[in-house]
Amino acid sequence: MIIGQHFIEVTYLIATALFILSLKWLSSPVTARRGVWAGEIGMALAIIGTLFYKGIVDYKWIGIALVLGVIIGVPLGNVAMTAVPQRTALSHAFGALCVTLVGTAEFYLRTPDVPKFTMSVLSLEVILGSLTFTGSLMAAGKLQEVLPQRPITYKGQNFVNLGMLAVAIVIAVLLVLDPSRTALYPAMIVISLLFGVMMIIPIGGADMPTVISLLNSYAGLSAAAMGFVLESKLLIVAGALDGASGFILSVNMSKAMNRSFSNVLFGAFGQVQAAAATAQEARPVRSASAEEAAAILSAANRVVIVPGYGMAVAQAQHRVRELYDALTKRGVDVKFGIHPVAGRMPGHMNVLLAEADIPYDKLLDMDEANPDFPQTDVALIIGANDVTNPAARSDVSSPIYGMPILDVDKARTVMVIKRSMNPGFAGIDNPLYYLDNTLMLFGDAKAFVGNIVKELSGASAAHG
Amino acid sequence: MKVDLITSLYVFMLAAFIGFEVIRRVSPLLHTPLMSLTNALDAIAVVGAIILAGKSETRMSTILGTIAIVAATSNIVGGFIITDRMLKMFKASKAPKS
Repeated sequence: MIIGQHFIEVTYLIATALFILSLKWLSSPVTARRGVWAGEIGMALAIIGTLFYKGIVDYKWIGIALVLGVIIGVPLGNVAMTAVPQRTALSHAFGALCVTLVGTAEFYLRTPDVPKFTMSVLSLEVILGSLTFTGSLMAAGKLQEVLPQRPITYKGQNFVNLGMLAVAIVIAVLLVLDPSRTALYPAMIVISLLFGVMMIIPIGGADMPTVISLLNSYAGLSAAAMGFVLESKLLIVAGALDGASGFILSVNMSKAMNRSFSNVLFGAFGQVQAAAATAQEARPVRSASAEEAAAILSAANRVVIVPGYGMAVAQAQHRVRELYDALTKRGVDVKFGIHPVAGRMPGHMNVLLAEADIPYDKLLDMDEANPDFPQTDVALIIGANDVTNPAARSDVSSPIYGMPILDVDKARTVMVIKRSMNPGFAGIDNPLYYLDNTLMLFGDAKAFVGNIVKELSGASAAHG
Repeated sequence: MKVDLITSLYVFMLAAFIGFEVIRRVSPLLHTPLMSLTNALDAIAVVGAIILAGKSETRMSTILGTIAIVAATSNIVGGFIITDRMLKMFKASKAPKS
């Protein structure tokens, strides 16, 4: 028995080391896949070790559950790359569900003899777990577009939300003081579940990268709290790593949207009010055809393509790849400038472009891309809007003032593929479109890029 | 398996610091795989669920533990598969950069 116990502890120790290595290897695309293998080996070791735990008397349900989990997990691992944001939200929900259920079972098994510290972390575990569960389901629903994507706001929303959270915390305190008040426990869970729903209601699509990161952080913290309840160092470490990761991403995202971190913590997302539609006088814009665009692009030395969520919606990434190939063949230097909040989750655009076989060393993040724009001949914007809006730099009255943007307006020519002049999701007018060096390319992103490619290959055939 | 509370707090603090330092170095290029990978690793909570479902204390704890195993296992399997699928797609240019 003693040997068995030591065996388990050793597998956990090795798993912990492998988890840290796993994340370390993720720092570069060259070693990243090794990171996945390290994680898998660590996970397998920990699970096998746990199966030797002497307290386990019945393996039937464990076996059934593991098989069911695999059956559900395989399709979730094979979703289309465009569906990765909602898959990620769903997996946060599953993780939080696991933590909440285990915490709940532990509470009913242990009450009324729960030490104060254990009850505190258990409350933290299930409050965070419950709100992450429903919050992530809501986020997944919005991303999958089964729920309305428009933010729903009402007067006193923050007051109601913070009030609910306060009530949940008060109940937690009462339970810590006297864990035999079992009737309070379900109330705490229900309020936390409800809070998760209310928290996501005011969130719009553009805020999703921040929200997903924050939910990731909550899921990690609730798992770490579970580690304290179960006195498992392995769980504490894994939860802390996940919590730290989500926290760093949340801070990145909130910086990239110029929100203060407290603004994010208190769930005050979706506060970018639709700008008063003042700039509605018809200002002239210059537009161009695919033929003209192709001519300008092929004459360029250096092109930076700026993709946004619109590219994902139009499924245009493979056409973009063809454009990249056609231009590269002509000796044009093509790079991609990617804003941290482009898309619906951190890194979303990189994955879509990598899927379309674009080499990752051509993908520049904002800090790498911005110094290049003054030497860029053409900045081609596909389905991005607010992240290129120069008003964020200059117009103090703009709702996005102060948000770091890609300085596409500094390129010699700016081309914007857009369906129409309608303002974007946030309803903010973009002065970029009225600049003298801007050409609007009106049309569907996929079709328009396809037409440019056709023009380019037609022209090369004529030459050759 | 009794672990001193203060030891646990030390473990948490050190793991959080390591997490910050390691994850700060992850390129923004890989932030999506980072999230799916940490999600899979976070599902290590399955070990708690396995013990809960296996020790058969009450019917409720067994049911909750079983559902928890299903949820966590699907995260482990799905998370590792999709992370690997994504990372496989990231390729460098064939020609060396000038």
